[in-house]
Amino acid sequence: MSLEPALFYALAGVGLFAIGLHALFAYAHLLRKILALNVMSGGVFLFLIAIASRSAGPVPDPVPHAMVLTGIVVSVCATGLALVLANRVQATTGKMQLPDEGDGA
Amino acid sequence: MSAPEPMADHARFTPARLVTLLLVVALAAALGWAVWSLPANSPGLTGQSLEQLPRSGVSNPVTAAVLNYRGYDTLLEIAVLLLAVLGVWSVAKAEPRADDAPASPVLTAFVRLALPVIILVVGYLLWIGSFAPGGAFQAGAVLAGGGVLLLLSGGGRAALAQEGWLRIGLVLGLAVFIAVAVGTMAVGGKLLEYPPQHAGTLILLIESAALISIALTLVALFVGGRPPGRSHRGLSEAGERKDSDES
Amino acid sequence: MKALQTAFDLVLMLALLWLAWRALAAPDLFKGVVLFIAFGLLMALAWVRLHAPDIALAEAAVGSGITGALLLSALARSRRLERDNPPPRRRDP
Repeated sequence: MSLEPALFYALAGVGLFAIGLHALFAYAHLLRKILALNVMSGGVFLFLIAIASRSAGPVPDPVPHAMVLTGIVVSVCATGLALVLANRVQATTGKMQLPDEGDGA
Repeated sequence: MSAPEPMADHARFTPARLVTLLLVVALAAALGWAVWSLPANSPGLTGQSLEQLPRSGVSNPVTAAVLNYRGYDTLLEIAVLLLAVLGVWSVAKAEPRADDAPASPVLTAFVRLALPVIILVVGYLLWIGSFAPGGAFQAGAVLAGGGVLLLLSGGGRAALAQEGWLRIGLVLGLAVFIAVAVGTMAVGGKLLEYPPQHAGTLILLIESAALISIALTLVALFVGGRPPGRSHRGLSEAGERKDSDES
Repeated sequence: MKALQTAFDLVLMLALLWLAWRALAAPDLFKGVVLFIAFGLLMALAWVRLHAPDIALAEAAVGSGITGALLLSALARSRRLERDNPPPRRRDP
């Protein structure tokens, strides 16, 4: 792609995905992992919409828009369920992270 | 606020973390190179979408894509909404909020002013979605925001305890969508193939039902548990039946 | 005019990346969630710049508003659980 806004936004989307992915691996706290997953979703959506804005006319491609709309709703559902499960993990094991193999938990 | 979460989990710079960082940077570089080599102009499906727009029943191409061209995706998405509520209800019970201090009067007054405006905005967004940016999801999300505000200011708990109506509202969107889908098959077409002269009406019908379901689902996710009732048992208590719960 | 638009896009993107990093690396989770809500609102701006107003509406309401409310509610519940310090294997109330 030549130097234009769509390219930069797509690269920013890739950057957000990478930041979120690293945070997903690096932190053990479940709420941080859920935040990281949301950032990764944001990166993917940014990439999709940037791709969709490359159409020649004034109207961008509406099919990726529909996919991102679906993706945003599914993402909030997954976040809601994940947060309830994280609170449940904490209520059961006492700490907000998954038990490692080395622990006795 | 209590003390911040301990930094112990991300203060160590172990070799494993360095390897992870390098791998993620390598992945980002590869993806970035792939993005760089995409063509600058690519119409995608814009042409076909705009061409079929008069037959789709609406004049907003995004709404046409969501509810007509990719209607099946939206059907499954509404099913996912219901699944999320089912998951949350299976895992946790809604906690009573008796422990917190009563809501501040500023919040209560603001909610009293804001809720009618919110309902107006929701109706507008739902209607305008066929012609301009808007639609059922945006309207449902704003309505859910109004619901969350109501819960935060202390109201609405009694309404949420009306479990029968709550269940009907949660299922309504999916039920209407499936009814329309099966209806188009029964009339002789394929699944979700709206007849062009009724497409606009059907889309508005689906959107209205979905609006209620989306708003109730998001508020139910915020409440974070099943309503306190006597007749159900979640997975948490499946192994420990209490006699007093038998109904 | 084009230069101004490009400058705005560039600043917006850098702000998005910066906010994402700070939100995930914040030592205090409350600050992290608040930064995440701000991140969601900037994403809504990015959608507007990319000619996607429907998505902007949805992101501002759902991605930023509802997700922020969910995260804060879960954080409060988590802090309350820590404060009451339950023993392991405690059942739901």
